[in-house]
Order: sequence, then structure tokens, then C-alpha cells
Amino acid sequence: MANTLLMALIVVLGVPAVMAGYVGLVEWLLGFLPERHRPGVRPWLWIGPAVLFLVVFLVYPALNTAGISLFNADSTRFVGLANYAYVFTAQDMLISFKNNILWLVLFTLLTVTFGLIIAVLFDRVRYEAAAKALIFLPMAISFVAAGVIWKLMYDFKPAGLPQMGTVNAILTTTIPGFQPQAWLFNPSTNNPGLIAVGVWMWTGFCMVILSAGLKGIPTEILEAARVDGANEWQVFWRIILPMLSSTITVVATTMIINALKAFDIIYVMTNGNYGTEVIANRMYKEMFNFHQFGRASAIAVILLLAIIPIMLKNIQDFRRQEALR
Amino acid sequence: MTTAAIAQAREREASLSARLARALSQGPLHVVVLLICAVWLLPSVGLLVSSFRPARLVASTGWWTAFTPPFNFTLGMYREALSTSGMAQSFVNSLFISIPSTVIPIMIAAFAAYAFAWMKFPGRDLLFVIVVGLLVVPLQMTLIPVLRLFNALGLTGTFLGIWLAHTGYGLPFAVYLLRNFFGALPKDLFESVYLDGASPFTAFFWLVLPLSVPALASLVIFQFMWVWNDLLVALIYLGGTPKVAPMTVTISNLVNSLGGNWQVLTAAAFISMLLPMLVFFSMQQYFVRGILAGSVKG
Repeated sequence: MANTLLMALIVVLGVPAVMAGYVGLVEWLLGFLPERHRPGVRPWLWIGPAVLFLVVFLVYPALNTAGISLFNADSTRFVGLANYAYVFTAQDMLISFKNNILWLVLFTLLTVTFGLIIAVLFDRVRYEAAAKALIFLPMAISFVAAGVIWKLMYDFKPAGLPQMGTVNAILTTTIPGFQPQAWLFNPSTNNPGLIAVGVWMWTGFCMVILSAGLKGIPTEILEAARVDGANEWQVFWRIILPMLSSTITVVATTMIINALKAFDIIYVMTNGNYGTEVIANRMYKEMFNFHQFGRASAIAVILLLAIIPIMLKNIQDFRRQEALR
Repeated sequence: MTTAAIAQAREREASLSARLARALSQGPLHVVVLLICAVWLLPSVGLLVSSFRPARLVASTGWWTAFTPPFNFTLGMYREALSTSGMAQSFVNSLFISIPSTVIPIMIAAFAAYAFAWMKFPGRDLLFVIVVGLLVVPLQMTLIPVLRLFNALGLTGTFLGIWLAHTGYGLPFAVYLLRNFFGALPKDLFESVYLDGASPFTAFFWLVLPLSVPALASLVIFQFMWVWNDLLVALIYLGGTPKVAPMTVTISNLVNSLGGNWQVLTAAAFISMLLPMLVFFSMQQYFVRGILAGSVKG
């Protein structure tokens, strides 16, 4: 109990004090420097902690992992590209590549489309804030809790028995003759089923950002088009969509990265069984279940390589925006 | 009746009928909007209703049957979740993990973002582009080296270790968003306070931070939800130690160990959702505005 109290004090008071104290210390130390040297030294001390953290937790590990991927399971023997050869030929890996591509296409398409439709539709009702909060709600739910929620949704009982899974119950009562499905076990439905969970969770994120972009379109432009006789359909396709294109790119990029990194939903709901394996889950298994550090690192490197083209595109966009600033 | 009053009455009537016509023509819109909301809410409602039912009924009948007699509601699963499985301890642990893991990265990112936006130094743009680039390094790629480092330093299974890890992972997005927000603040503001002899310290704490509340609030929500809901980072750097395990780890262990008896988890899952939902609803206004500033101003 005393420990808990002490911890609570550290957490609530100590940590913020250390943070503010750092900048205070920096400025105090700068006071000892001659005036003309201060502007040259100051920025480095202000970005110092961030750079230190980024190097320790992202830059160094990324480089280190790239190195480990060339060694055997316990990193004692150099094996060249053997791990990569394994990754590109093993049956489980090929399944995960296929599934990740499915995630990439379906998940990105659906989250962005739904996010856009919802942002545009909700913009026209007065209870917009409340409605948007409902769509955003799943973002506040952990993947673990979402796993439990969707087990209730996808539950399956053989035909003839009363269904207790929401999806099967709705479908069997509304569609005559519908056979209940084992959504998460059936190889033709389980991947779309898992992606649906992801869409349910991430559409709110897309909606919030797209809706913010939508509010940024000057109303005069929309009104002018309507006065000139454009119908709502034309306003959407000819004005809203083109003017939102940069925001859509940002959102879609984020979703693509999410799809490539997809892990939690699969880990909680099927753990990659029944043909639902994805790259990130595979990597987790290689590392913690099979202790194949070399292979796991090779998978991580491939994941990074897949993301690099998207990263380059982002940096390009950033440069272009900076030029306009 | 005067002519003015008649005109007024007519106008009112006209606007009333216009409003009625608009409401009618908007009927389909409202139906669609409400339908979307219902579909999105349905899974969570299922969980909420289930968590108040007796476990044996959750396992055998659909949650909607709870609304037909005999009504059978109970707090049993909440009692069980809170007492038997160490859930209370892991709730406290989740707080101990989430609060510093939100405060530290946002503060450090704010320092850096301020320097990136308003100080001049060689290599500034290149360095910032690299930081943005780090946004896309998959977390999974860093696990092995950082775990080895933590093992060497004795940081595995400690709160400090997981605070540091979440700080590293949260920084790129935080720096990116804050740099965009700080950069959009009016330049004259800084010139006038510096002319008044204020130090960067004063400008940062009394000008920049208060003006950036929307961006900071949206970051707090994002980072808090991300850390609170995180499973992977906690699973790896905290090991399986129950003493420091957050709710996500405890619940996921229960999912695996209970197997067929997962119904008890409905209550646990709902408890784990409460706090992030509270944070979201209380900061939602700031949140939307902060995102607006970050994405639209670019």
C-alpha cells in the first residue's frame, strides 16, 4: 500500500516536475554561456531528449534488427540471406503475405470510404457531435476488449439451435433459409471477418480527420456551386472530393501503415489459426514461441521495406507543403 | 390586426412550412445517419448487456433475450472480474503505466517541436524529416534490440522501462503534430514577447503551451488511449509478471486460460473501456479542434 502511494506520487507529481525541471536546468546552464553563443547551443539542448529517445528506441533497434536478420536463431553464426530465403518460401509466411495484402486493400478502402461517407453525411445533421462520438467510440476500446466484443458478435451454433452470436442471429431471422456460419473458422469468411473488426475500430479516426478537412472547405465555394445549379451528387464528386484529396492521402497512408502493422486483432481473436496469419503475428511467434531471432528480424526488415515507399511519398508531400508555408 | 402583424404571421407560417418541408425531405438522411450509428453501436451494446447477465445465460442464449421476461440482470460478473482475477491491481497498474507514458513523450515532444518550429539551427529540416520518417518504423522491429538492452540494464518488468519505451514509440507522431501546430502560431506574437525581454523558457511555458491546448489535448487522448489499450509493448517489456501487468495483459491472459468460459470477460472488458471513454468524452471538443489544426494547416 505504501508502495502504491509512493508510486502514485511519482506518477502524478514527480514525472511532470522532472520534465519541466529539464528545461529550467537547460536555461540556467545557458545563462553561464556568453550571450552570442546561446542561440547556437540552445536548440540542441531543447531537441536533445527527443533525439536521444528516438535513437535508442527506433534508430538503433532498426539498424540492429537489420544486422540480426543475417544471423542464425540465437545470433551466434552468420547465415547470410538464409533467413530471407526461409521467409519468402515458408508456407506460413506466404499465407501471411497474402493476408496482409487483403488487409491492405480491404481495410484501407473500407475505413477511408466509410470515414468519408460518414463525415459528409453527419455534416448535415444537427446532432453531428453526438453521432460522431458514437462512431469514434471503438477507438477508445482496447483490441483485447474488442476481441471479446466480436466473439459475442461472431458466435456460432449449428443450424437448428438458437443462435447466440449477433451476426448469425440477425442473418438467420431476416434471411429465410440462411445457414449459420462459423465466421472465424471458415477460411472464406474469417479474414474479411477480422478486417471488419479493424474497420469498426478505425473508421472513427478517418472520419474525425476527414470531417476536419471538410470543415476547412470554404462554404462560399459550395454555395456558389449550388446556386449555379449543381446537385449534391455533383458537389460531392466535383468539389468536396478534389478539395479533400490531400487529407484523404494522409488518412489512407495512415491506414495502409496500420494494415501492414496489423497484429492485435488477429492475436486476440484467432492467433493466426485457420489461415488468418499476418506478418506481424508471424514475427511475434518466431520470436517468442520459437525463439528464432534471425527469422523474426528478417520479417521485421521486410515489413519496414514494404513501408519505405509510403514513407518516401509522405516526405515528398511534407516537402511540398513546407514550400507553400 | 395590423398589416405588420399579418406579415409577421405569414412569415412565421412560411418558415414553419419551409422547415417542415426540409425536415421531410431530410427524412432519408436522418434514417441513414441513425442507422449507421446503430450499426456501429451494436457490438458495444451487446457487450454491455451481456456483462450484466448471469454467466450461464450469456453462454447459452443471445444477449437480446435479456429484454424479454424473465428479466435476469446481475452484477455477478463485475464482482467476479474485480475480485478473483487481480483485476483491481491491474487497473491501478494501467494507470501507473499510462499517465507517465502520456506526460513524458508529450513534454519531450513539445520541447523538440518548439525548437523545430521557432529556433534556427543547421540541419533542422533534414532532422525533422527523419523524425517524421520514423513514424513508420514498425514497432515489432525494435522489440528484440530494446528487450536485450532492457535485460542488460535490469529494466524489464519495471514501470520505468515501459515509460521509456512508450516515450520512444510515441515521440514521432507527437513531434510531428506539435511542430505543425506550433509552426502555425502567429510570428508577431513571438517577436513582441522577445522584444519585451522574455526568455524562450517564459515564451514556451506561458505563451506556446497555453495557446496549443487543442493540439496537446488531442495528443493526450491519442497517446493515453494507445498506451492504455496497448498489449504488445506491455506483454514484451513487462514479461508475465502479474504484479505490474496492466489490464490488457490480465484480460488477454484470462481469454487464453478460460477458453470456453470467456463470458466472465465481458465485465472485465467493459471495465477496461470505461476510463478511455471518459477521457475521450471529456476532451472531445479539444480533440477535434486539435486534429483540425494539425491536418489542415499541415
